[in-house]
Amino acid sequence: MRHEQIEKSLNLMIVLIIVAISIGGLVEIIPLMFSSDATEPAENIEPYSPLRLAGRDVYVREGCYNCHSQMIRPFRSETERYGPFTTAGETVYDRPFQFGSKRTGPDLARVGGRYSDEWQRLHLTDPRALVPESNMPGYPWLLENTVDPELVTAKLKALQWLGDPYTDDQIAGAAAAVEGRTEMDALVAYLQGLGTNRRDRR
Amino acid sequence: MPAFWHWFVAAGTILFVIWCVWLVSWSAKQGPQNVADDDVVGHKWDGDLEEWNNPAPKWWLYLYIITIAWAVAYMIAYPGLGSWDGALGWSQQGQYEAEMQAAASRYEPIYAKFAAMDFEELSQNPDANQLGKSLYASYCTTCHGSDARGAPGFPNLTDDDWLWGNSEEALTTTLKNGRSGVMPVLAPALGGDKGIDNMVSYVQSLSGIAETDADAMSAQPTFLALCSACHNADGTGNPIFGAPNLTDDIWLYGSSDEAIRTTLVQGRNGIMPAHGQLLGDHRTKILAAYVYSLAN
Repeated sequence: MRHEQIEKSLNLMIVLIIVAISIGGLVEIIPLMFSSDATEPAENIEPYSPLRLAGRDVYVREGCYNCHSQMIRPFRSETERYGPFTTAGETVYDRPFQFGSKRTGPDLARVGGRYSDEWQRLHLTDPRALVPESNMPGYPWLLENTVDPELVTAKLKALQWLGDPYTDDQIAGAAAAVEGRTEMDALVAYLQGLGTNRRDRR
Repeated sequence: MPAFWHWFVAAGTILFVIWCVWLVSWSAKQGPQNVADDDVVGHKWDGDLEEWNNPAPKWWLYLYIITIAWAVAYMIAYPGLGSWDGALGWSQQGQYEAEMQAAASRYEPIYAKFAAMDFEELSQNPDANQLGKSLYASYCTTCHGSDARGAPGFPNLTDDDWLWGNSEEALTTTLKNGRSGVMPVLAPALGGDKGIDNMVSYVQSLSGIAETDADAMSAQPTFLALCSACHNADGTGNPIFGAPNLTDDIWLYGSSDEAIRTTLVQGRNGIMPAHGQLLGDHRTKILAAYVYSLAN
């Protein structure tokens, strides 16, 4: 029996396993790294402003992605509720993207402008004050914490080094843009910008 | 897709399938001559536990062959091999558009029928209200509540007090374009802490929740100078600015000393987001009629 040869030769088995598991990645992932659909920003997509970038990091730190996705799939049941389906070019400045995998709460990919700033603030502080049936936790400490201007500047520099088109002027002005702002301001600014690149909301 | 990547994907996939065919046939049982009772691979545990070199069951082998055949059929029928569009012409975008089209041709006539009706009549129609109720549940509950009774800062839709009016035109404009109700910061013009307290008392006295005493009345000239432009001289409000009626017992941000003080010191900015694009004209009217029916 020939498979005996494979079972008895560790080196042959290693080679065959590598071939078997890598071919899928080679043909499915590698070409996307060179596809403009996936690497070029979609229309009106720009790198995050300093305040929104800080807000995005609050979003990640608080684990919002555990309950909220940011990926509208191309089904009517999704686009009717959330807006046009997500395209790859909309997430080029997300490191890492916030697609998420579970929806305990609604998708947030196009939540920007759906509610007022004041609603977002009240709702993040105490969700049940506005939506009694909600099971989302409150995040009142975001009102107390302020954004660290130096950290935001350092993040912008790192992203510029990675290739995001931040200008030196933007980096120089980053600290002033977030000076004295709370993490709540930052998170609300981040949320209010989500998906607003599209003019058509349906 | 550039030609290079087309061939990279197509050739990689095809070669892999061929490789799978080769691997299965090469390592499968090669005929009866290979089967022997003493065909062991040479491992021995616990003195007498040996690993035999027996072929996998036939049905197991057939499963491999079926999956390979499936892969070939799939790649002919569906897009997958580089820029090959698939023999069935299926695409994710096409499926989505067909789904939207089917829904539009099914639901649009229903919406259109209701939208053509008289507004007052529409608000009494149980079928239209059923539709309006589901629209309300999708778009309005997060702010106005699932019972439409609102929350502090978010208007109750079941009472007869309307910031921007409740005519068909007012309601559809509110839904389509949204509203922005701005209460400016007025505290600096009220003459210090005492002045703010007096204004709080005066405003409360308008709706009869506080005594109309001398302190309250001392704020009346300031009210007439500063507040009457939006709230009217008698405090009954003005739907053109979305300025609330201060003489009734409905208080959007609360009627306590503390709440009114905050309104004067920090201002208020009540925003109703625009829903015109999300709803479209027909559904806007159905939803407006439903909201109208809540209070009438």
